[in-house]
Amino acid sequence: MTSTTRLSALEMDAIASRHPHLLQGSSNKRLRTILISVGLVAYLVFSWWFFSIGHVLGNANWGIAGTYLADWVSYEVRPEIKIARDKTMTLDYQRNSPLGHNPNPAWVELDKETVTRKVELPAATGQTAKPKTSSSFSFMAPGAVLGTASAATDQNRVETRTEEIITRAVITYDRLTKIEIADGLVKATHRGETLTMAVDGQDTITPQGALPAWATQKRPGEKITLAFGATGWADVEGDDVSIRNRFFGWANFLFDTNSPFFGKSYGDVLSLITSGERIDPARSNLSLAWNNILYNAEWQHLDVWTKLMQTVVMAFVGTLFASLVAFPLCFLAARNITPNFLTNQIVKRFFDFLRSVDMFIWALFFTRAFGPGPLAGMSAIFFTDTGTLGKLYSEALENIDDKQREGVKSVGATPLAVQRFGVLPQVLPVFASQALYFWESNTRSATIIGAVGAGGIGLKLWEAMRTNSDWENVAYMVLLILLVVFIFDSISNACRSRMMGQKAH
Amino acid sequence: MATSMLPRHLSENGALVERHWQELNSRRRLYSWLGFAVLVLALSGSLWFANDSNAGKFFDRLPHFFDFVADLAPRDGLEIFRAMFDLPSPYDDGSFKYNYPDGRLYLTESFYIPEYVHKMLETVNIAIFSTVIGTFLGFIFCFLAARNLMPNPWVRGFVRRLMEILRAFPEVVIAGFFLAILSLGPIPAIAAVSIHTVGALGKLFFEVVENADMKPDEGLRAAGGNWIERVWFGMVPQVLPNFASYFLLRLEINVRASTIIGAVGGGGIGELLRLSIGQGHQAKTLAIVILMFATIFAVDQFSAWLRRRLVGDQAFQLAQ
Repeated sequence: MTSTTRLSALEMDAIASRHPHLLQGSSNKRLRTILISVGLVAYLVFSWWFFSIGHVLGNANWGIAGTYLADWVSYEVRPEIKIARDKTMTLDYQRNSPLGHNPNPAWVELDKETVTRKVELPAATGQTAKPKTSSSFSFMAPGAVLGTASAATDQNRVETRTEEIITRAVITYDRLTKIEIADGLVKATHRGETLTMAVDGQDTITPQGALPAWATQKRPGEKITLAFGATGWADVEGDDVSIRNRFFGWANFLFDTNSPFFGKSYGDVLSLITSGERIDPARSNLSLAWNNILYNAEWQHLDVWTKLMQTVVMAFVGTLFASLVAFPLCFLAARNITPNFLTNQIVKRFFDFLRSVDMFIWALFFTRAFGPGPLAGMSAIFFTDTGTLGKLYSEALENIDDKQREGVKSVGATPLAVQRFGVLPQVLPVFASQALYFWESNTRSATIIGAVGAGGIGLKLWEAMRTNSDWENVAYMVLLILLVVFIFDSISNACRSRMMGQKAH
Repeated sequence: MATSMLPRHLSENGALVERHWQELNSRRRLYSWLGFAVLVLALSGSLWFANDSNAGKFFDRLPHFFDFVADLAPRDGLEIFRAMFDLPSPYDDGSFKYNYPDGRLYLTESFYIPEYVHKMLETVNIAIFSTVIGTFLGFIFCFLAARNLMPNPWVRGFVRRLMEILRAFPEVVIAGFFLAILSLGPIPAIAAVSIHTVGALGKLFFEVVENADMKPDEGLRAAGGNWIERVWFGMVPQVLPNFASYFLLRLEINVRASTIIGAVGGGGIGELLRLSIGQGHQAKTLAIVILMFATIFAVDQFSAWLRRRLVGDQAFQLAQ
């Protein structure tokens, strides 16, 4: 054998020159490859133009993208320091600050002074016209402030007040970054570089020296934005410094700021639950804590779980009903089981109809019929999947081995018994496996149709995204969805490989 | 079932076997009934839960089930075609309900593409474009995830996990995220659909690769081919028909997906459908539904025909 197959180079060349068509592909084939590649490139270029991808990507706000992505796993605390004309300061936190109602974090150091002084309310109501309030943490309603200001437009009123003011504030972002504000000077330090800015308490800000790379100012005198990367950023204006300090993690995941358990360590909470005195005399601390977790205003655990459950239920019931209905119908559609061309075609076209009127259209219609909620989604999945499963089932039936049927038939079994013992054992594992597969895949589709109102977590996800500020909630829900999909994936894989043997994957 | 009719004529051993069989049988039946009971329990619980948390209750709403059919009836049958082809309506009162000609997209002075056809083409093009992109990336990933080509378990595991995450990540979220960054338009939909496609096709592709014949690969390895040569000359020619079949299957799915994603803000026909249903424009709604139905049906039939030609009858495997 070896002697016949071992060729010298010379012999190889000879064979090659005698049968060139064996070694070079046909010109037809090469031409086809070239044509396909050219067509593909032309199509991509066309689509680039059709969707104006370059234009859209060029105009996109990629800076926001980074912030949104960071919001998935972190949160910002936003103290805002207002600087008055006499260079004294007051400090506010954002509404619904994750630090609770009276935040006093360690990374904000304040030097406070209590002074009695005359406050002149200026006639011109500029931004600085807001009167000082007695404490930095309780402030008047905005309407009240406006009222005072407008009353003061006629003459300069002079009031004498005793109040606590801030003379110096140090905000420490991290080891390398901090901002120090005192005497009308804002000194920002980041990675060894220091930028000093003079603020006048009104509307002008002057940087002293050149701006480092992390600071930007669009026009002289206007606000300076300091970007400190992952740890946060700050906007410095003539009369106010907005701090954005970013922390890793999800804020107040268990207890919101209104909960009595807020701000307590896990150990404290645990000891409160096990042995503490009742906070609410009507119920135990455990049930209070559990209730506070469920009705957490920011994370809405109970609502999210309910909606997720709806999604799961939609997929489960929809797929189950679909397979139950598709099961008898597929026997009518399979041409080897029901040798009636007309019946086959009618049932098959019916399946095609159910499939081709998309799940999305069904979802919209059923939302009209049943109102928004899982019933609509369930029915949409049921209708679409009856079509899909029916088609797959009837194809499986058409591919069965005929010998078993003949065997059962030959011993004189009734038609029903032929199906039961000759057909069903062959296809039942396939049927069940396909139903399981669709159960799992529908858990994913149910999320999408939920967004158009058909119930489940989709709408909640969509609403959380529309606000553009609840990305951490989106991350939480996505995590839950991934978890559920993976669990179902493994359950359905395990069931399928048990039923199908090694063939299933 | 009536196999154990006459156990009395059995020998002692036979009776033992018979009793054992009876035991196993009754246990099996018990398990079946238990499983069935659990299923029924889960089903009724689910139904109750769904009904309870739905806006309208099932039995309250059932008599009104076909109300929306009446809501959908246009003033006359021809209205549907006027809406579909942007012809002026005799009922035109200046409202959005009958402003069919407004959507015309003029290519030349007199030749125009009707609005819905244009949007439908856009949706189909979103599907094709994202399937092409997804196939391209899935094609690259699948060889890194296949056991027979990538002996390094870390790379393989990483690529597989990556594809799993891409597959399971809700498309709505990807679309919503890109919608927040980019302006309204088809690109969020493209991003969402193609990212999902990479994961889904990558999985199907690497399973094809793992089932491929390794003999050409051995030959190439013996001749000193490097990894890329082995993949390109040993694997790709074998798996290409199957890949093409999966590409078409995915295209079918993606046409549907891009209509849905369109409805949640990705442009295309889906958004128009949602709007017209919400505003109660019957003729427009029906025109869009018919157009979508025809398109999806046509794409399905075409791709089924092409797949049958490419790989024969075994082309109909599950994929989503």
